[in-house]
Amino acid sequence: MLKQIEGSQGVAEAVALCRPQVICAYPITPQTHIVEGLSVLVKSGKLAAEYINVESEFAALSVAIGASAGGARSYTATSSQGLLYMAEAVYNAAGLELPIVMTLGTRAIGAPINIWNDHSDAMAVRGAGWIMLFAETNQEAVDLHIQAFLLAEQLKCPVMVCVDGFILTHANDRMDIPAQEEVDAFLPTFAPAQMLDPAHPCSIGAMVGPESFTEVRYLAHHRQVLALSAISQVAETFCKTFGRSSGGLVHAYQLQDAETVLLSMGSVGGTIREVVDEERTAGRKVGYLSLVSFRPFPSAEIERLLKKARTVLVLEKALEPGSGGPLFGQVQQVLAGEVPRLFSVIAGLGGRAITRPSLRQLFSRAHSGDLEPIHFLDLDRSVLTAYDATLQDAFGAC
Amino acid sequence: MQKDFYPKGTKTLGNRLAPSLGTLQAQEDRPNCLTGGHRACQGCGEALGARYVIDAAWKATQGRLAVVTGTGCLEVFSSLYPESAWQTPWMHSLFGNTAAVATGVAAAMRARGTSEVRVLAQGGDGSTTDIGFGCLSGLFERGDDVLYVCYDNEAYMNTGVQRSSATPPTARTATTPPVGSAPGNPFGTGKNVPKLALAHGISYVATASIAFVHDLEQKVSRAMSFHGARYLHVHVPCPLGWGTNPRDTLVHARNAVYCGLFPLFEGENGVVTHSFKLEKTIPVAEYLRGQRRFAHLFAKSGPDTERLQALQAMADAYIAEFNLV
Ligand SMILES: Cc1ncc(C[n+]2csc(CCOP(=O)(O)OP(=O)(O)O)c2C)c(N)n1
Ligand code: SF4
Ligand SMILES: [Mg+2]
Repeated sequence: MLKQIEGSQGVAEAVALCRPQVICAYPITPQTHIVEGLSVLVKSGKLAAEYINVESEFAALSVAIGASAGGARSYTATSSQGLLYMAEAVYNAAGLELPIVMTLGTRAIGAPINIWNDHSDAMAVRGAGWIMLFAETNQEAVDLHIQAFLLAEQLKCPVMVCVDGFILTHANDRMDIPAQEEVDAFLPTFAPAQMLDPAHPCSIGAMVGPESFTEVRYLAHHRQVLALSAISQVAETFCKTFGRSSGGLVHAYQLQDAETVLLSMGSVGGTIREVVDEERTAGRKVGYLSLVSFRPFPSAEIERLLKKARTVLVLEKALEPGSGGPLFGQVQQVLAGEVPRLFSVIAGLGGRAITRPSLRQLFSRAHSGDLEPIHFLDLDRSVLTAYDATLQDAFGAC
Repeated sequence: MQKDFYPKGTKTLGNRLAPSLGTLQAQEDRPNCLTGGHRACQGCGEALGARYVIDAAWKATQGRLAVVTGTGCLEVFSSLYPESAWQTPWMHSLFGNTAAVATGVAAAMRARGTSEVRVLAQGGDGSTTDIGFGCLSGLFERGDDVLYVCYDNEAYMNTGVQRSSATPPTARTATTPPVGSAPGNPFGTGKNVPKLALAHGISYVATASIAFVHDLEQKVSRAMSFHGARYLHVHVPCPLGWGTNPRDTLVHARNAVYCGLFPLFEGENGVVTHSFKLEKTIPVAEYLRGQRRFAHLFAKSGPDTERLQALQAMADAYIAEFNLV
């Protein structure tokens, strides 16, 4: 059914359609509206679920861990500081192979405290063993949640659906919310692979020593490799069932003959597509590659789609000071020894808008070969002058 | 000969004669939820405590029990892959989240319509009184149907005997060494979690000791007769951390109660309802003497009377507060 609602409400309704049995909630902007929406659905009796208000994000994910081990389909949501506060449990849920689904309303991490969107939070847990999917639109956010429960339960792996804070979560958008029967047909009831059942006692979460730990980690990686094909398959089935394509590993836009390709993740895709169209009209062969799946990392897909390009710009909303863009590093690895020249573009930090003029300028600088290896989009360089002056006071001229 | 093995007061000999009067541990068909073969040190009070508690809870629930355990000695010595000493459904997640995980398990049981399966959470004193206290307080405040059991050996044993907020004053730990002008753990620190649990107004709170098995088992089964959040704090000496002889674990546990430093009581809905009367009291010094962690109080040059008196005053205050004699 077509609805004009807030992105968060769309996500809440999609989650509810998946019939979660335990929902844990702790407030943090910009995720809050999602759990608020779910609380209304539970309290009004529209959704039969245990709704648990907890005292911290660490507890929220821990409750979901217990609930999942207790055999219930479990869901929670968080953002930014909340994700870091639960970081230990994030790793734990993956290690215990519990099929929890969590929405991450992506947001910057402080200090300085900043409530607006970027991908610093998601990047901080990229090695935790979760499947991490990025929605480009609110429709995709809705659809990815429905796919996420299926993937999590098929693969015995938690799934994080990353939805850009404010840009998506707080945008009033048109969304097609599926009917309950359709979702029921797509997503079977939860059949836990392991659970705390007195009829069949088992021990979950044992201590593992050096003789087996490598194998356990190897299997965790193997599961992510399997997820590459599962994600594509689930997206295909979704398309057949619901009549629209959503999810999958990547979205390719105008890549056939593209010489300059911009690669990115999440909601910035909308603006990028428009600029790609403008560039094409002006006769320049540019294209766009959007990653839906960040974990597992679709290396083969990226290589196949980008190896013929001349220039690849990796635009990302995260920065590891002293290293650079984490996404860039990975793309660099995949395209090592291939033709394209790679540039790292850091953009949209702490909610700074990524505008069409800025992107147009980015393309034009790329075409004239006028880009630093790490380019900060729309950087006000005057801050450097003052800062360097203080450094000179401290260290002398260097 | 048997006198050496079965100390007075436990009624163990009597148990053999009249099973109905005995403890569950004295029955041949005890559930044995934590089987032998685990890797606890000899004389580990925590291993005993966990077996007594889980067996009693198993009996109270007729085996419909799921157990969540925090990181610590108990978890490490019982669950080294590929073996497990647990005969009940059992899980371990992290050090500080046990109460929250238990909330989740209980929620799952409700959601799946199997809430006759009861949930027991357990952790060491560090896990309970320090790092997991936020989650524990959350569990209490929400009133989830969980019995949380703390095995108090008065320090972080698994990591090599560091101070916790349950470490008694003057005790030496690896992080409160017995040197300087205030040797060992300082006075005026620490927190009393049984009292804090009572203050949450939960349905049932009790303290217990592995030296008094009848009392301990009764408290577990009473706890299981309530619904909602409940708390049991069990005193479990640790030979390795305390520097005590492994065969004297029960002696030290008993002396802790008899001297008044570890009062046994029960409370309901915020009020103390019952305390375990002491058939005899002993001086605090008698309890502390056989423990190397207090050796600096009994130096060759003479006892540290000032600190011993301060500890005796603490015990006397508990005796008065809980009306133990
Ligand atoms: C977040 C975190 N911090 C620290 C540790 C290290 N650690 C593991 S067990 C333990 C001590 C446990 O002490 P306690 O809860 O009293 O149990 P005990 O071993 O004494 O029975 C510590 C500090 C950890 N596992 N996780
Ligand atoms: S260190 Fe103490 S608590 Fe740990 S196993 Fe040994 S005796 Fe038990
Ligand atoms: Mg301890």
